[in-house]
Amino acid sequence: MKAKDWLGFVPFVGMLGGIPFVNRVEPYVLGMPFVLFWIVMWVVLTSGIMALVNKLDPVNREEEEG
Amino acid sequence: MNHALLIIFASLLAALYFGIRAQKGKDMNMEQWTVGGRGFGTIFIFLLVAGEIYTTFTFLGGSGWAYSKGAPAYYVLAYISLAYVLSYWLLPPIWRYAKEHKLVSQSDFFVSKYKSPVLGILVATVGVLAIIPYLVLQFKGLGIIVSEASYGSISPSAAVWIGVLAVTAYVMISGIHGSAWTAAIKDIMIFFVVVFLGLYLPYHYYGGIRPMFEAVHAANPGFLTFPKEGMSISWFISTVLLTVLGFYMWPHTFGSIFSAKSARVFRKNTVMLPLYTLMLLFVFFVGFTAILQVPGLKGADGDLSLLRLSIQTFDPWIVGLIGAAGLLTALVPGSMLLMTAATLLSKNVIKVLLPSVGDKQLPWLAKSLVPVLSLISLYFTLSGGDTLVTLLLMGYSLVTQLFPALLFCVPARPLVNKYGAFAGIASGVLTVAYVTIAQVSVGTLFPSLPSVVKDLNVGVIALFINLVVMFAVHVITQRIVQAREKDAIAGDETHQPV
Repeated sequence: MKAKDWLGFVPFVGMLGGIPFVNRVEPYVLGMPFVLFWIVMWVVLTSGIMALVNKLDPVNREEEEG
Repeated sequence: MNHALLIIFASLLAALYFGIRAQKGKDMNMEQWTVGGRGFGTIFIFLLVAGEIYTTFTFLGGSGWAYSKGAPAYYVLAYISLAYVLSYWLLPPIWRYAKEHKLVSQSDFFVSKYKSPVLGILVATVGVLAIIPYLVLQFKGLGIIVSEASYGSISPSAAVWIGVLAVTAYVMISGIHGSAWTAAIKDIMIFFVVVFLGLYLPYHYYGGIRPMFEAVHAANPGFLTFPKEGMSISWFISTVLLTVLGFYMWPHTFGSIFSAKSARVFRKNTVMLPLYTLMLLFVFFVGFTAILQVPGLKGADGDLSLLRLSIQTFDPWIVGLIGAAGLLTALVPGSMLLMTAATLLSKNVIKVLLPSVGDKQLPWLAKSLVPVLSLISLYFTLSGGDTLVTLLLMGYSLVTQLFPALLFCVPARPLVNKYGAFAGIASGVLTVAYVTIAQVSVGTLFPSLPSVVKDLNVGVIALFINLVVMFAVHVITQRIVQAREKDAIAGDETHQPV
């Protein structure tokens, strides 16, 4: 497995693994209870991580040229 | 007829019109009707996938769960985003293989990989069984929208009938092309409606998102976080992981993989699709706002919260627009579900059992199954009282049982044989059926365990049994198969013509 493949695990570990430590209401962030904000933050990070994966993946470059 | 209903019916007619137009001038063979000739690019696939995910469930069920259960509703946001991550690695090999072998259904994939039409029948049956509660969910949603928007002049069951007739007519006329076009309109509409409601309602009633959450927290502390027991953190994590695995196992979602133009489409979509799930956040805001504003909706009635709150707040014409968006969120996925179930039954079950059915008769057979499936789902819609989320989770626990067998056949040579795959899926599905009917949970099976284990989604057990049986049967049958092959070779040698 290459670096880009390992990156795929990051959203899982972050979003789910973090939950036991952030299961609380305070502090509110952007108006949301903290645990909800945590999930929302990871949704946004997931999108960023997948953009990076797309960039690192040589398959995408090959298909563009071909 | 009030303004709300007028707008809803006008948008229904418009959707039917687009469906008919999209279909015009195209020769509709099976590949056209179901996978759009494999010509859809990034944007259309985005819309199709998004169109399937953002169903009436999102709209009414998402707000309904926020209203009645609170924090556990967050699971929806988490699992959809994570499912897209998995899709980056899972979908391209499936798509490539399906294209090479001209496959049109999920069941085809298993048949081709495991070289077993019988396994195909099982996979198709599981798919159709899982689709029924999902269809019921859409019909229920349609019924809620039409009857609520009629301000009580149309009874819920009459409303369900109207909705079912609309969906059935729609899918029989248009097939997937209609779905993609209406999906485009629907997604734009639902996006604006949801964001508007999610921001306007909390500001209107509380002066902001945070004051709204604070009021809910003050009225019911603990509602906005995961509880210690029941739908606790371990329920959340196990449910998210299971539904992530099940996400692409839905036959209609699996089928939409086939309509892509290239494998790259999926990879590109993994960036945008997670952001798109944030729409659910606004749906949650609506549900949380409704708690103190339209109190007293018990059990399955929680699904009414979004519309009840809208009716209390807005003029009928705005309720009409909200209802129209809701109608499309049921129509598009409903038509995909019906079409997929009909295709599976005709191609992967009936044609295998009755080989005399010709290829020319297949589309006709599939179309004639559509109303049959509609009526079956209609029956369950009118007789059951489950919430939308309960129905969705039931379907999910069924389709998730297909995941191990699928994963093990993605490599060029399947890692388990067809007997293992069959036994695994069958035992997993039977476990789910038993658990659903007997209302068993991990807690009732092992009452002495700590709640971290007790709260695990019971689907984990089904998946575990599935895996164990799959490997056991694989190992046992593999020996017999190999022994038989050896015998056959040895037999050939002894019977050499002299």
